[in-house]
Amino acid sequence: MHGEGAGEEIRLMRVIIRRELRDTLRDWRIAMPIGILTVVFPVLMAGVAQLAVYIVNRYGASLLAERVTPFLTLVVGFFPLSFSLVIALETFVGEKERNCLEPLLAAPISDRALYMGKLLAAVIPPLLAGYASIGLYALTLRLVLGGLKLPPSLYAQALVLTTLEAFVMVAGAVVVSAHTTSVRAANLLASFIIVPMALVLQVESIALFWGREGALWWFALALGVLAIILVRAGLRLFQREHLLSRGRQGLPPRRLWQMLKEYWSAPAYAGGEPFSLRRVYLRDVPAVLKESRRALVCVGASVVMAALLGRYLAQQYPLPADLLDFPALSASTFRGLSMPEGLPQFTVPGIFWNNVRALLVEACVGALSLGMGALLLLMVPMMLIGYFAGAVEQVGGGVSRFLVAFILPHGVVELPAAFVATALALRVGLALITPHRDGSVSRQLLETSVDFVKVFVFLVVPLLLIAAAVETQITPRVIMMLYR
Amino acid sequence: MNYPLVWARNLQKRFGELHAVRRVDLDVWAGEVVVLLGPNGAGKTTTVRMLSAILAPTEGEARVAGLDVVRDAVQVRRKVGLLTEYPGLYARMRAPEYLSFFAELYGVPEPRRRERIPALLEQFGLWDVCHQPLAQYSKGMAQKLAFIRAILHDPQVLFLDEPTAALDPLSAKLVRDTIRELKGQGKAVLVCTHNLLEAQELADRILVLGRGEVLAEGRPAELFQRYIRQAVCEIRFAGPWDEAWREIITSLAAIEAIGDGFVRYRTENVTLVNPPLIARLSAAGMPVVSVQILSDNMEGVYLAIVAEKGLPAEEGGDAR
Repeated sequence: MHGEGAGEEIRLMRVIIRRELRDTLRDWRIAMPIGILTVVFPVLMAGVAQLAVYIVNRYGASLLAERVTPFLTLVVGFFPLSFSLVIALETFVGEKERNCLEPLLAAPISDRALYMGKLLAAVIPPLLAGYASIGLYALTLRLVLGGLKLPPSLYAQALVLTTLEAFVMVAGAVVVSAHTTSVRAANLLASFIIVPMALVLQVESIALFWGREGALWWFALALGVLAIILVRAGLRLFQREHLLSRGRQGLPPRRLWQMLKEYWSAPAYAGGEPFSLRRVYLRDVPAVLKESRRALVCVGASVVMAALLGRYLAQQYPLPADLLDFPALSASTFRGLSMPEGLPQFTVPGIFWNNVRALLVEACVGALSLGMGALLLLMVPMMLIGYFAGAVEQVGGGVSRFLVAFILPHGVVELPAAFVATALALRVGLALITPHRDGSVSRQLLETSVDFVKVFVFLVVPLLLIAAAVETQITPRVIMMLYR
Repeated sequence: MNYPLVWARNLQKRFGELHAVRRVDLDVWAGEVVVLLGPNGAGKTTTVRMLSAILAPTEGEARVAGLDVVRDAVQVRRKVGLLTEYPGLYARMRAPEYLSFFAELYGVPEPRRRERIPALLEQFGLWDVCHQPLAQYSKGMAQKLAFIRAILHDPQVLFLDEPTAALDPLSAKLVRDTIRELKGQGKAVLVCTHNLLEAQELADRILVLGRGEVLAEGRPAELFQRYIRQAVCEIRFAGPWDEAWREIITSLAAIEAIGDGFVRYRTENVTLVNPPLIARLSAAGMPVVSVQILSDNMEGVYLAIVAEKGLPAEEGGDAR
């Protein structure tokens, strides 16, 4: 609190919010599109809903109308929110570029009041526009569609989700804005917010079209937690010093290439030691793993959770016992194993390339989803292992024997490789909210990416190669041996 | 008050590998104007930012109005008026609204705001343009408005970075007069400037910074004495040069140049030498028009310090 009372902090926050709101609303480039989206778009969407009802009446596709109308409520609320990103990304870095920031930083206002004031000022106009859009949409539905009323719970869901989406986007964008050196760099990094939010919207729409409205509350909970994490991370990382520093550079991809090239020479961080496998395995890789220990703990916890969830699902949805008839397996089962299309062949190259590809995809998804995508993609196979182990347990088949036979031989090499790659992907994804010690997001993104490449090439790939060989050559023999 | 309003000891600031401020000791007392001189990148702005509690020192200690700049950052900022390197105005606002925003941040009560903002705008000649958006302000107008912002809350301590930059001579004089007035009110004022004439005119003490440390410090007269050992004087006279005058001058000083209507000489003590010299020259028939001490300005002092310390004209980037 810096010795200030909460009342004084709130007063200062209000002063900041008022100024920022006036500034935003005076900027016709922002105010006009928000206004248009708020007024025109809901009416347009009501027209779409009307079209859906027309189709229902004519062709009897009642499900379409039932699902489209609520879905459009979410869309109508979300569209004006897109401007929250524009406002939030400008918040700090925009003022810095215009040299307006220093007088504000010199003012007697705590970091918290300044940060929260700016954040709320970026949330309020698009959020109010989102609410107004939903209201106008509901009104238009009633007027145009002869009193069509959606359940109040759906409006409540739309309002809650719109609010939380706005907070997640703005909180993320303000973190970016406070840790970049130019508006351009901030706009580039905005894709790390836009892509995950687009995924969120898609999942929400799937839930709605699938008729699982209840699942949206879980989504709201997850978004709420994420918003809190982002706001807290932003507050924790906020430093006036970083905002005034112009020494930090936006780090373009060519810098990534330079950093990788430096790795082959004798960089200062390696004590000037020239590149050698000895240096890689005795110094570089252990150093990165040490740096990633918290991410590894997080991955470990997620894996355990996924396995337990799989076991729980096995109890809920048991497999037929004849599917778990392992003694019926023979050597020819593995020799003649032909995989369905899209799955790898049961050969060393087939399994190796599949695992490499899967972990690279996981890293890309992780980078664009605050690392969450990487965790989720790793959790899926872990959940499957938990599920099958649970299913074996259900039929009294001996879980240890199952794990030792099917998982352990290659898993002892493959799983650590996957855990390490996921932990590194998690760090890349989290770069957005864990800036470098000099305050730069892009530098952290770059350094974690270089760490990922180093560890992937020198540790993960060799381990995956060994694992593929073991999986095709040794695992079937162990299964035969234990289940004969 | 028995302690300086601004006090810093061994103040240091590093940005990664760059040691922007190496060691600065500084006192500014109430009713005193201290000027920081130095080439670009010498560490002036970084020093001011540390004293304004915007940047945290890497090492050392600083107190403003008795408050620690790290522990009591918010309270320090309340006591300080900062004129930043750039005016930094919000383009879509108008002057009264802009000043009102900062006055609110600094906790200036509403009645005081209503009285002080128009008065200051009037004083600095901005009242007639106060309905215009700030984007339309000239550089000078923006600078004046930024100056008003710095003094609006009547701070005890003022840090002014290039206060007369971009100002026309009349406005610059107005700002200098205001600084003197503030000094008269007992404020402690620290000015960063490249304007050596301004430094000489305003400063009670001058600190010359280079490579992030204090290279020289003292009252202007002390610095003249320390660095300008021999003053250069010029006598302008009517009519032609008379060789008889040369002997009179060389008996007391060293002639540097003789030209059309002027003679320039060098002496270690103008107070002792000039009165008898002028008297004897007048007695010898020199029609003296004027006498001027040419080296009696900060430029000579500054150049002497820079030359002695081997400083480049511009150093590598403290302005973070």
